[in-house]
Amino acid sequence: MANIISDETIEYVGILAKLELNEAQKEAAKRDMGSMLDYIDKLGELDTDGIEPMSHVFDVKNVWREDVVTNGDDRENILKNAPGEKDGMFEVPKTFD
Amino acid sequence: MSILYLTALELSAAIKEKKYTVEDAVKAVLSRIKESDGTFNCYITVDEEGALKEAADVQEKIDNGTITGPLAGVPVAIKDNICTEGLLTTCASKILYNFVPTFSSEAVINLKNAGAVIIGKTNMDEFAMGSTTETSHFGPTKNPRNPEHVPGGSSGGSASAVAADECFFALGSDTGGSIRQPASYCGVVGMKPTYGRVSRYGLIAYGSSLDQIGPLCKDVSDCAAIMEVICSHDPKDSTSVKRDDNDFTKALVDDVKGMKIGIPRDYFKEGLDDEVRDAVLKAVDVLKEKGAVVEEFDLSLVDYAIPTYYTIAAAEASSNLERFDGIKYGYRTEEYNGLHNMYKKTRSEGFGDEVKRRIMLGSFVLSSGYYDAYYLKALKVKALIKKAFDEAFSKYDIIIGPVAPTTAPKLGESLSDPIAMYLSDIYTISVNLAGLPGMSVPCGTGKDNLPIGLQLIGDCFNEKALIRAAYAYECAGGCYHKNFGGKDGD
Amino acid sequence: MPNGYETVIGLEVHVELATKTKIFCGCSTAFGGEPNTHTCPVCTGMPGSLPVLNKQVLEYAVAVGLASNCDITRYCKFDRKNYFYPDNPQNYQISQLYLPICRNGHVDIETENGKKSVRIHEIHMEEDAGKLIHDEYDDCSYVDYNRSGVPLIEIVSEPDMRSADEVIAYLEKLRMIIQYLGASDCKLQEGSMRADVNLSVRPLGQEEFGTRTEMKNLNSFKAIRRAIEGETERQIDIIESGEKVVQETRRWDDNAGESYAMRSKEDAQDYRYFPDPDLVPVSISDEFISDIKAKEPEFREEKKQRYIDEYKLPEYDTDIITGSKKMADIFEETVKCGADPKKVSNYLMGETMRILKEKELDPQDITFKSESLAKLIALQDKKSINGTVAKEVFEVMFFEDIDPEEYVKEKGLLTVNDEGALRTTVQKVIDENPQSVADYKGGKEKALGFLVGQTMKAMQGKADPASVNAILKELLS
Repeated sequence: MANIISDETIEYVGILAKLELNEAQKEAAKRDMGSMLDYIDKLGELDTDGIEPMSHVFDVKNVWREDVVTNGDDRENILKNAPGEKDGMFEVPKTFD
Repeated sequence: MSILYLTALELSAAIKEKKYTVEDAVKAVLSRIKESDGTFNCYITVDEEGALKEAADVQEKIDNGTITGPLAGVPVAIKDNICTEGLLTTCASKILYNFVPTFSSEAVINLKNAGAVIIGKTNMDEFAMGSTTETSHFGPTKNPRNPEHVPGGSSGGSASAVAADECFFALGSDTGGSIRQPASYCGVVGMKPTYGRVSRYGLIAYGSSLDQIGPLCKDVSDCAAIMEVICSHDPKDSTSVKRDDNDFTKALVDDVKGMKIGIPRDYFKEGLDDEVRDAVLKAVDVLKEKGAVVEEFDLSLVDYAIPTYYTIAAAEASSNLERFDGIKYGYRTEEYNGLHNMYKKTRSEGFGDEVKRRIMLGSFVLSSGYYDAYYLKALKVKALIKKAFDEAFSKYDIIIGPVAPTTAPKLGESLSDPIAMYLSDIYTISVNLAGLPGMSVPCGTGKDNLPIGLQLIGDCFNEKALIRAAYAYECAGGCYHKNFGGKDGD
Repeated sequence: MPNGYETVIGLEVHVELATKTKIFCGCSTAFGGEPNTHTCPVCTGMPGSLPVLNKQVLEYAVAVGLASNCDITRYCKFDRKNYFYPDNPQNYQISQLYLPICRNGHVDIETENGKKSVRIHEIHMEEDAGKLIHDEYDDCSYVDYNRSGVPLIEIVSEPDMRSADEVIAYLEKLRMIIQYLGASDCKLQEGSMRADVNLSVRPLGQEEFGTRTEMKNLNSFKAIRRAIEGETERQIDIIESGEKVVQETRRWDDNAGESYAMRSKEDAQDYRYFPDPDLVPVSISDEFISDIKAKEPEFREEKKQRYIDEYKLPEYDTDIITGSKKMADIFEETVKCGADPKKVSNYLMGETMRILKEKELDPQDITFKSESLAKLIALQDKKSINGTVAKEVFEVMFFEDIDPEEYVKEKGLLTVNDEGALRTTVQKVIDENPQSVADYKGGKEKALGFLVGQTMKAMQGKADPASVNAILKELLS
């Protein structure tokens, strides 16, 4: 395997993705990610110099709407699925800023 | 013949002729579900009460002439990543185990306006990540043609619900083959429309630049009729395209004389099962006999489609799935220590292994120092792949090949080796990268009673060419579903 | 600067745009709604929802870019900035990294040390976050997404400023431009304008920059000034003691007059930006730009000149009135109602500025109607009220929504124009003050003033002093 994923990398990706892995899962993740990256490295065979990266397949541009209020009070619906709610707000673990 | 063996169009015609009521159709489907869904597990949610109520409403509208279209009164199943107002929508994930959307997706609204009756929500690979419907939090779906095998995925529940007559048609979503591959494995017709044809509003995103909703159904005529209903320009989806050629049923013409068909040699190389190859080439011969001009060609870049796809899809997914954090909806872990611990525990407990694998890969390829080497590189290769298709479509009206290298694998055989599983998407994935329409039509049965699918690929917005070719092919051999059903049905 | 150091400052200024709706959905941006009543699936990150750009956001951003001499990016895109925080419902913020809407601009500022140009690196469009509410006695915080999705532009300067004075001058200049464009009200206290200060120090004469910190939570010019001074000192102290400044984000506590680091091992500061696949690129045509240029308002310098030419105002007046768009608007509207320009100008420069200064208010906070000011001036012109009463009424009008015409009637403040009654009162005052009358007649001009005062008092202020003066002189002659 050409791509060796270190413990630090898996730890770092866990922080970015907000995922917590136990030791066995970490080992599996290192292995899986390493082999996927080996596979993806195949793209390196292609010369892409001067090629414009394509995020949209079609040349659709300038899709916008006018500045007109279309939505009213929909609080009841918005909060309907909340795991925690109080006084019309979403409850979250204490944050300090 | 049982009402269940009718196609969607036949059913709605029979309802109009008052041979059946909408309630008959809904009850027939519900009783079929009771009888067989214990085995197949096509559904995550069956909305018996809602469907019966809707049946009465729709019947009234049919009777008073408010609803006249070809889907009026037809029971439909919706993949569980497509939002349905008031009806549980889980993406087959624990993290959305209790999520009830407060709005319906645009495609569902279009169906409801046309008088289709929603029966329930179908099983799928968690967040549409998988090719077997085995990554579902709610257990795997089984292939109704042979329950020891998978139905394919990720729209496996939708494909098998159609195959098992647990609905008359279904909606699926296709990010890398998720409609076409299960359609192929289950012996039904499936179409992935051109990117932008169907609004993505209300489709819970996996890979936003690749996702597209489409139909799974019994035959090509149904497919064209459903496409006419679900395709629309939606101002709520910036990537939705305004078209005036959504009259797909016009393409239901049994005539392919002079149609230029390209057969990519790369799709028939090593890795393709003989029985699949033979069935596909036999189907091509049928079209040739009907006057199509068939030519082999080199599509190129086929081997690069999968790594390109997994880079882009994983990157978009890692971002799209960030919103599942235990705050606004869905699962929240029971015990936690502070905000970040809550995030991590909720997501680690809420997502399954395959989803986590792709989120981690996606986070990595976007992370500082790797963006150019992986993500940007993949976007450049995507441009090359698109260009290869553009060249092909300057010569051919459609491209034909297999949908998948094999028929449906046995349950439990695929997940152990992710890359091997990813490889089974090799023929379908580049269609999503290039935004093209693709279609799967049954073209034979292999060993163990397992169906084989023929893939038709068209240029952007040229679904009509696919429908025309598929319809001509189907006219020669009849509806696979009915033929298959005829064997062991009543 | 102590010990021969130089402070190097760049600003990141966030401005909330004055659109009616949010940047990617049709929810209202109005302030003050009950929590989560201005929300929808899009701005709360509901699964399946998708963003659609508000065109007005683009127009405002381009207008600000043009007014600050930027190049407009003709093909621009939105990117996702990924980070987890509860005020950010999707856990990514839609912003612009790779192709921001404006680049390479500058604004000219003037301080005691002279004129200078501050370069603008870029201006990009993005969405605001929701609001977190903390309860001291509670284990939880609460999120309100009413502000989530409110459009912002972020104006990023080059590190061209060297002092708090320059920073304030730069901010005032930006605020003036944006207010004149009507793109935002730019209130620091209310957060519709927010400045993050990137600051480093280096020994005088050194070419390369020192390590910088980013200071957040600065919601007044005073706080900005104090934070710049505090951070400069802190960094010099660190360097003097032989240690190294750490590149970090710090939060200013204006009450304590100090800052602290906002560090957490859970914040990787790796935002994994990538183009948002849900939004399509924006392509800006020459026509789009010329339309915006055509709509460009009259800026300060043009306005000043016009006030001099058209209204014959002294330059001094125009300088004060055009100092804020709000004042200039009030001036023009009041004149349009028929009031004499110079009289309007006097009210704005005099009473208005006095009250603003006294109450530490910004011209933006002015709520009185131009129509009311015109009515007030008309009452005075018609001698229906005198100057003293007018000032009283103005002060009431400044804080309360009153109609001056009705108010003076209700409160009985109208000048008594009944000459008979006035004469009677004057005669009575003359009779009651023989000493003053004698003094006046003996040549003491001052005594007349006393008699006028006594008459005004007897009339409860509701007389026209000029008439009182005239009648007194007549009766005493």
